[in-house]
Amino acid sequence: MRGPTILKAEDDKTKQLNKHSLMAFSGESGDTVQFAEYIQANIQLYTMRNDTELGPNAVANFVRAEMARSLRSRNPYTVNLLLGGFDPITEKPHLYWIDYLASLAPLPYAAHGYAQYYCLSTLDKHHHPDISLEEGMKLLEMCTDELKRRLPIDYKGVLVKVVTKDGVQEVEFDNNRIVKSA
Amino acid sequence: MSGYDRALSVFSPDGHVFQVEYAMEAVKRGTCAVGVKGRDVVVLGCEKRSALKLQDTRITPSKIAVVDNHAVLAFAGLNADARILIDKARLEAQSHRLTVEDPVTIEYITKYIAGVQQRYTQSGGVRPFGISTLVVGFDPNDQVPRLYQTEPSGIYSAWKANAIGRSSKTVREFLERNHQDDMDREQTIQLTIKSLLEVVQTGAKNIEVAIMSPGRTIEMLPDDQIEAYVKNIETEKQEEAAKKKTGRGGTTTAAILTRPGGQE
Repeated sequence: MRGPTILKAEDDKTKQLNKHSLMAFSGESGDTVQFAEYIQANIQLYTMRNDTELGPNAVANFVRAEMARSLRSRNPYTVNLLLGGFDPITEKPHLYWIDYLASLAPLPYAAHGYAQYYCLSTLDKHHHPDISLEEGMKLLEMCTDELKRRLPIDYKGVLVKVVTKDGVQEVEFDNNRIVKSA
Repeated sequence: MSGYDRALSVFSPDGHVFQVEYAMEAVKRGTCAVGVKGRDVVVLGCEKRSALKLQDTRITPSKIAVVDNHAVLAFAGLNADARILIDKARLEAQSHRLTVEDPVTIEYITKYIAGVQQRYTQSGGVRPFGISTLVVGFDPNDQVPRLYQTEPSGIYSAWKANAIGRSSKTVREFLERNHQDDMDREQTIQLTIKSLLEVVQTGAKNIEVAIMSPGRTIEMLPDDQIEAYVKNIETEKQEEAAKKKTGRGGTTTAAILTRPGGQE
């Protein structure tokens, strides 16, 4: 899919930082990849220097610190981030919301950009603390359905990745289903 | 002292840079490390200094270090110097990924390490690294095993199998006698351990072994498996020795007397 208003439909806007953490990014198109690759290289370097993986909390705080440093430089990155991770020691999943002003918030569910205005209400209503993967995928589908119905932009579907104790996997997601507005 | 080993970048009249030669002496006093290439595998073996009674072995530093996911390094010489050099190599490996979006090739990182070592033989206020390294691994999307050596002077070279450190000459000679092209994984591991046993008296508990295969990260051989290999090799040696004893009583004599491998 390509045209005057679409450069690429299936662009992967995520980077795996280490075995158990995945970072999704959006924002100024040059900045996003540059910042994500810089973070990825530094997380990898830490892993090799210390023979241990940084946990999700440590990764999130490192990313926030780098973002804060960039914010106060001559030309800061305009990148918004979502960081998903699984802590193999405590066996707990984590999600962090980080924006270009270097705010960090651990959240049960999160979104950036215009999508959040449409999705968060659905997530508020249907999310609960012990939600399963299947239920979570259903909830995600409710969100994308809502976007198809209401968002004035045709956003060309989503790419879904899941972070578990076994690492990061891409999962099938049906983006071609037609949703009729009520 | 002849006065030519004070300032580093000073030649002696007969063309030696003594400090570099002293660094090579430090390597010879370091514990032994072996690298062996097989058909589709490359194995590193190291002599491990035995821990003291009260030492916490969990944090005893290993002589085998991961430079990048696909590149591993073993060293012989001064442990403290190695830490610095390894860190520089790791930084370069990640930096290379960031700038050209490709992992380093094994030759590139070897050249880089040797370059750093050379720089420390020709600048003021520093002393050379008292280490030699064996750099092994597989280039990205490549099936060819790689094995390189670097020295304190900054020389680097490629090998099929090599040893550095204490008694490296004995081990290298053993490898020269026993190395074959086209060894499989088992044979390569066996040759690595066998060659190390030439100089490591204390056996399995003082050996560590790392294995690299194409497209895979480092694999450290578990202690119990090393022990099994050592036991196998020892029984094999005993059987051979027993055979020789009976052979001597026979009427036939060998035309060429060969020195039995690794008895001294």
